[in-house]
Amino acid sequence: MAKLTLTRRAFAVAAAAAMSFGTPALADSHGGGPMMDSIHFLIPGGAGGGWDGTARGTGEALTESGLVGTASYENMSGGGGGVAIAYMIENAESQHGTLMVNSTPIVIRSLTGVFPQSFRDLTLIAGTIGDYAAIVVNTDSPIQSMDDLLEAYRADPGSTAVGGGSVPGGMDHLVAAMAFQAAGEDPLEVRYIPYDAGGAAMAALLSGEIQALSTGFSEAIDLANAGEVRILGVTASDRVPAYSDAPTMQEQGIDMEFINWRGFFGAPGLSDEEVQAYQDVISAMYDTDAWEEVRARNGWVNIHNSGDDFRTFLEAQEQQIGDLMRTLGFL
Amino acid sequence: MLEGLMIGLTTAFSVTNILMVIGGCLIGTFIGMLPGLGPMSIIAIMIPVAITLGDPSAALILLAGVYYGAIFGGSTSSILINAPGVAGTVATSFDGYPMARAGKAGKALTIAAISSFAGGTIGAILLMIFAPALSSVALLFHSAEYFALMVVGLSAIAAFAGTGNVAKALLMTLLGLIMATVGEGALYNLPRFTMGLMDLQSGFGFITLAMAMFALPEAMYLVLNPGRSKAEDGSGGDSSEIKDLRITREEARKIAPVIGRQSVQGFFIGVLPGAGATIASFLGYAVERNIATKEEQDEFGKGSIKGLAAPETANNAACTGSFVPLLTLGIPGSGTTAILLGALIALNVTPGPRLMIDDPQIFWSVIISMYLGNLVLLILNLPLIPYIAKVLAVPRSFLIPFILFFTLMGAYIGQNNATELLILVGFGFAATILRFADYPLAPLLIGFILGSMLEDNFSRAMQLYDGLGFILERPMTLGLLVLAGLLVIVPSYRSRRARLRAEGVADD
Repeated sequence: MAKLTLTRRAFAVAAAAAMSFGTPALADSHGGGPMMDSIHFLIPGGAGGGWDGTARGTGEALTESGLVGTASYENMSGGGGGVAIAYMIENAESQHGTLMVNSTPIVIRSLTGVFPQSFRDLTLIAGTIGDYAAIVVNTDSPIQSMDDLLEAYRADPGSTAVGGGSVPGGMDHLVAAMAFQAAGEDPLEVRYIPYDAGGAAMAALLSGEIQALSTGFSEAIDLANAGEVRILGVTASDRVPAYSDAPTMQEQGIDMEFINWRGFFGAPGLSDEEVQAYQDVISAMYDTDAWEEVRARNGWVNIHNSGDDFRTFLEAQEQQIGDLMRTLGFL
Repeated sequence: MLEGLMIGLTTAFSVTNILMVIGGCLIGTFIGMLPGLGPMSIIAIMIPVAITLGDPSAALILLAGVYYGAIFGGSTSSILINAPGVAGTVATSFDGYPMARAGKAGKALTIAAISSFAGGTIGAILLMIFAPALSSVALLFHSAEYFALMVVGLSAIAAFAGTGNVAKALLMTLLGLIMATVGEGALYNLPRFTMGLMDLQSGFGFITLAMAMFALPEAMYLVLNPGRSKAEDGSGGDSSEIKDLRITREEARKIAPVIGRQSVQGFFIGVLPGAGATIASFLGYAVERNIATKEEQDEFGKGSIKGLAAPETANNAACTGSFVPLLTLGIPGSGTTAILLGALIALNVTPGPRLMIDDPQIFWSVIISMYLGNLVLLILNLPLIPYIAKVLAVPRSFLIPFILFFTLMGAYIGQNNATELLILVGFGFAATILRFADYPLAPLLIGFILGSMLEDNFSRAMQLYDGLGFILERPMTLGLLVLAGLLVIVPSYRSRRARLRAEGVADD
């Protein structure tokens, strides 16, 4: 495959058409001005998606709290995020003021070779938030626990379809396969039905087309609160305070853990001082009221991994996902 | 219900909320006219503003205004310059643009405004009465039925398969279906036909393709083929007719039943979370064409007022219908309602079966805001239409560069990716040649839009049933497929019989 060598002119700030709706108001107790003058956020997807919300929410908290003077945003979709990653790498010298938001799919997509780069080609700043995954069933379903689901599956694997909002080999599929594998089943045998969005998959669950759904935990909480689904298991190590009725996979004897993280990356070749400055400003953000407001509004869970911790975390996740994908025959 | 209605009315009719709906409609209409900024991105941009209002009712009313405004604005660019900015208004351009080229831009915009208003309002009434009962209808369809529904939608191409053109129309549809396979689909985790190009990974962009197939070839056609239509001779001599909004009594009588049928049909298609406004507009177009009389049928695609009213009514009714799964089940049926769901959750409102019980004022103010949004839109827009339509009276030497600018910008702003411009120009060039060779371009775009949904639902059904068994095992699937067959066969059979009879008369 030919390597992509399109050089893009630096449209960066002007083309952003981005709206920075945060005004620098020194609300919190950071006397003496902002820690950083400005941050430009590069968003590898379109307006309204998860990446977009994360970058704009983080920018809002940083500027509202006065930690950063101004924030600007640029949406650059294409290649499932690959276009923006290539842009960061090709224009590294001019992108020192830019942070790119990303999440678990960067790990999955690097493994499958959808794009040639990986997180190692970028400068790791920090993982900031995350979401656990969950397997849910319709409230009317006779299935009450992961054990019930596994039993139904063993009785008739063909008509126990598990759906999700991602492609086969994507996150929702991997989580379902991981759970079945940890419970001693062959993950290849699991009938996974892909939908192009979480909403469509949810409709399929309620209509009875699929028997269980693999989805993000925060989405599952909303649906459980509305009385539509029962959460069979969450992929956290301990019960999550936001919805403590949901049992973990581990307490049902299924030894697995999975976090869909979101975090920020800098251009390759940032100096240690620059990296430190970004990490400090993000660390300081967690103590502000502005962040708490944004976080609560979006239902995000603080999962902060800075610097080397972030690298260790990503490498572990790469190992976990890579092993499973090899088992499933995707690699 | 009356009590709820009163709560909704008192909430909606505060000064702030009326200002919200007016502001929302204005912002939505003007931004919506720019291809490339559909309702989804405009709402995404407005959400932070809405959230800072703090009051969920006011926020929803603002967003509903923006939503309806954007849909209406989108029809404007479809009609005036053949540049549909969102998939839901592609069918609008089939007859809206030929009307505008024939010098009846004002009339076309008026019909679009009135149809949208009627579709939205009737949809809101249906929503108000039936919403709780309809949540089960929303769950009636499985992948197998969605596949069959897409096949019915595909029968809209029949309108472009006129005498001697059947092969061309089919060929173009096939091309569209093939183009839909480029990139990563929902069902395979590997990219197809991308030639290793990162920019093709997500497939061709809808806006890019719509501009390349519709707006660009038309602009080129005007340049290369001067003096074809009377509205474009540069003197602005026809501007009185262009601006003319009047609809005759006979025309009103013609479109009234179309609006009635499509309000209901569009609404129900909108209720299905996997269908939405685009499918509703194609189905509306296909159904109305096939039940029209022979003479009326021939007008479809050439400036039929029925062909304009049908998709415009259906797409608005469907937008309203998509609130059923959103409000009663918390399931977003489209990208736009997914963003609205995000906004609701951010405002601490959880849509679902309990919304009507726990927060009746929210439920009812959404419904009231729909009436208000549609009404305000009509009142704001009717006086503006003469000025908007006058764009076409601008001399061609100014108009065409303006269209080209609009087209290029539309393809760029959605993605912020300059490669889209190369794709646009390349396909635009090819489409211009096809346009001159008299190949209909609409079937290509219909095939492209429906292609991925067709494929995804088909393969899901195949996986669930281990093969094609679903066609016979699910009566509704079979029924819809038979309907699709009838929609294609019956009209051509009818027209052949009519032709034979005419020949027979001549022989006597």
